[in-house]
Amino acid sequence: MNSTAETLNALPGASSCASRSLGDRVFHGISWFAAAGVLLVLGAIIVMLYTGARPAFEKFGFFQFLTTAEWNPVTEVFGGLSPLIGTLVSSAIAIIIGLPVSFGIALFITEMAPPWLKRPVGTAIELLAAIPSIIYGMWGLFVFAPFFADHIQPVLTNTLGKLPLIGPLFQGPPLGISVFSAGIILAIMIIPFISSVMRDVFETVPTELRESAFGVGSTTWEVVWNVVLPLTKVGAVGGVILGLGRAMGETMAVTFVIGNAHELHAALFEPGNSIASTIANEFTEADGELYTASLIGLGLILFIITFIVLALAKLMLVRMAAREGRST
Amino acid sequence: MRNASVDIYTRRKAVNIFNLTASAITTLIGLFFLSWLLWVLFEQGISHFDWNLLTLDTPGPGDETGGLRNAIVGSLLLTGVGVLIGAPVGVLAGTYLAEFGRYALISHAVRFINDVLLSAPSIVIGVFVYEIMVIPMGNFSGWSGAVALSIIVIPVVVRTTEDMMRLVPDSMREAAAALGAPQWKIVTNVVLKAAISGVMTGILLAIARIAGETAPLLFTALNNQFFTLNMDEPMSNLPVMIFNFAMGPYDNWHDLAWAGSLLITLTVLTLNILTRFLLRPKK
Repeated sequence: MNSTAETLNALPGASSCASRSLGDRVFHGISWFAAAGVLLVLGAIIVMLYTGARPAFEKFGFFQFLTTAEWNPVTEVFGGLSPLIGTLVSSAIAIIIGLPVSFGIALFITEMAPPWLKRPVGTAIELLAAIPSIIYGMWGLFVFAPFFADHIQPVLTNTLGKLPLIGPLFQGPPLGISVFSAGIILAIMIIPFISSVMRDVFETVPTELRESAFGVGSTTWEVVWNVVLPLTKVGAVGGVILGLGRAMGETMAVTFVIGNAHELHAALFEPGNSIASTIANEFTEADGELYTASLIGLGLILFIITFIVLALAKLMLVRMAAREGRST
Repeated sequence: MRNASVDIYTRRKAVNIFNLTASAITTLIGLFFLSWLLWVLFEQGISHFDWNLLTLDTPGPGDETGGLRNAIVGSLLLTGVGVLIGAPVGVLAGTYLAEFGRYALISHAVRFINDVLLSAPSIVIGVFVYEIMVIPMGNFSGWSGAVALSIIVIPVVVRTTEDMMRLVPDSMREAAAALGAPQWKIVTNVVLKAAISGVMTGILLAIARIAGETAPLLFTALNNQFFTLNMDEPMSNLPVMIFNFAMGPYDNWHDLAWAGSLLITLTVLTLNILTRFLLRPKK
């Protein structure tokens, strides 16, 4: 363990409070303020969103606001249910598609790829995360949505759509602009995050463990499934939750393809909206205090949900790191 | 007996081969989407790369010619000012976490919150800045856009600065302390000097992160059809331009949106690959 910083602080003359030099105190103070600024930003975001949203919460009531689907700027009745459901459903689709793909990629990079291939493939996948959201939106609107409507949606409607129970989910107009398309694009966007976390935690498994498993005759898959995964599942789940948090807050890509309709449908191929896309679309046009306050209220709800989800992800990753004895 | 065990072997091998093939296929899927995106961007965007793009301003409705001069300049300005505000705060906070208060209670809280802010929805930051700056000032402005971007810069820089400073071996700090240097001198002349390339790389990474950010600019910097360097006015920028033009009805708007998309993507990917190269652990 490194503790020189601590020792330095305890050294007489170097930085003990009594004889600490002016420069030290000033520098220490300024950097402390900067660090505290990070906490301040978080606090300010929550306070400002709350004050901005108060008129809406007072008028409709917080839980009423969450459970009302009506969104009518003319009669000034606002409820956040439809965007909330849209956010949850599109993120859920993203996770359902993104999780197995991310796991596959992490497995490929850690266990299968020859050493010379690991780096380029890993970098290429991570570049998917570097591409800005708006670019996914452009591509989604002009390229992916038409392609999806022509080639993928009919196939899904004709196969999964015929099944009992889940059949009604796979219905809708052949536009390609839908909650489902948004979910697919979100999946592509979160795959790099989930797979790189999984890759990192898989690589922390000691080689001896892998080798002993291979030594008793395990196949590669058995090593991954019975040795690597059980040891790293906290971290891997943390990565998935991180991806979920990312997906829920994603704005531009979703705004382009989700259709921005304040409607609730069981069918996933119908247009819908999400919290982020509703704010992006309507905020500048919102006239009237109540309209703006309702949008800010949606923002507050989104911020709280993603905060909880991301904090959970962080806690799991910290636990994973603590188990290995890393000190982050 | 013998047959049964052969069966188990075959089954285990089959499962193994099937799953590993699936894993290779998922990797191909990921790479396929990356290539598809890049291919479309080049195909749609490259043909509009000409001098007009750099010399003309964005066209109004019905204008046939036009470029992206105002949007490019606006984006550079917003990104530049955003980094100038955010990076110093981030470096200082990172310094506190790595040097002055490594084990302080507040540092644990800051690290945790910082990691959460790193992935916080950027649209909410736009709403926040709208409330603290746009409403009091009474209009949309370049300044508020830059502040919104700086809030995204800070967590990225805090994280990389702390990580990079922690990589500096303690023996160097001890050597400087043994010579009688006060801690601020150790931090600036020894630790920061040793970690400077890493810290700069973190700032580059932050630039790459905000260069394409759209959501926080939608209701802060807004957009502007005309060229301006005045940060008190609404300011044109590439991401919001792409959003407006892509949603607009004109073909030349769409073309410009594609050209802008290609421009942003090339910039961001170049910065990203550059930072990877710089951060590559030396062996």
